[in-house]
Amino acid sequence: MSLRRLLIALTSFVLLSGPAFALQPPKGQSEFVPVDTVPLADQLPAAPLLITAYAFVWAATLVYVWSIWRRMNKVEADMRTLAQKIPHR
Amino acid sequence: MRKVFGPLAALTGLMFVASPFIVARAPFESSMGIVSKIFYFHVPSWFAMFTAIAICGGASLIHLFRNNPRADRIAEAAGEIAVVFGLMGLVTGPLWGRKAWGVWWIWDAKLTIALLLEMTFISGIMVRKYGGPGSDKLAAAVGIFGLAVTPFVYEAVNIWRTIHPLTSVVPTLPQRMAVPFWFCVTAYMLLLVVLLMLRVNLGKRQAALDELYLAYED
Repeated sequence: MSLRRLLIALTSFVLLSGPAFALQPPKGQSEFVPVDTVPLADQLPAAPLLITAYAFVWAATLVYVWSIWRRMNKVEADMRTLAQKIPHR
Repeated sequence: MRKVFGPLAALTGLMFVASPFIVARAPFESSMGIVSKIFYFHVPSWFAMFTAIAICGGASLIHLFRNNPRADRIAEAAGEIAVVFGLMGLVTGPLWGRKAWGVWWIWDAKLTIALLLEMTFISGIMVRKYGGPGSDKLAAAVGIFGLAVTPFVYEAVNIWRTIHPLTSVVPTLPQRMAVPFWFCVTAYMLLLVVLLMLRVNLGKRQAALDELYLAYED
């Protein structure tokens, strides 16, 4: 009877401790292995950065030209309004 | 002047459209790969900014000591354009740095002093806008101060310990990289001339409007 209990206890221990052993964290890294190239998945894509840089140059130029054009239109409109108010000009 | 403007603007536009194709044919830099090609847009924008600052500083000196309104208009235009090119440099630089250094920005001597230079010329614009009477003289002083700071921005990599590439990169470029680089520099310089012509013309019209207001008040 006691042998049977012992067997049940041992079997239960093995079955219950199995998952606990399986879920242990992996062993700590014991050494660093050098490689010459970064894995492809870890590489930051460069093309979008390059395209953004070129696009920004265009955008900044166009916005600035637009701001000059807008200010010029305002000045011309003010000049027309004033010229109408000054008859001899 | 008007006869020159159209062809010059068309040539500038064509060069900017052609530049990515010419840059694409240039070889990659060995350690940086594709992202190294930002260099062809980044460095010329600083060259254009420095040129705009030289024009602004020179015109500011003339205006400050000879009270010349034409020089003031040129200084105002060049100062504003310096901010535009500086912004291009300050945006394209971090895009390169993100890949090359792993971070967008570092408070390194070169980058910090370049940011301060940009802020100096932004302050010049603000002085003109909100400074009231006599602000043109104050803005001229800011322009001269900016001109005095510029050599330190260029030489920062040689004076202080910094991770930014050195000034020796451009003079030692191999021909296959130098040709697209100087093509882009030419395009940026032409853009500077075109923008300067546009902005000076705006200043001229604003001065004419001010005269008209004075005539109206009389």
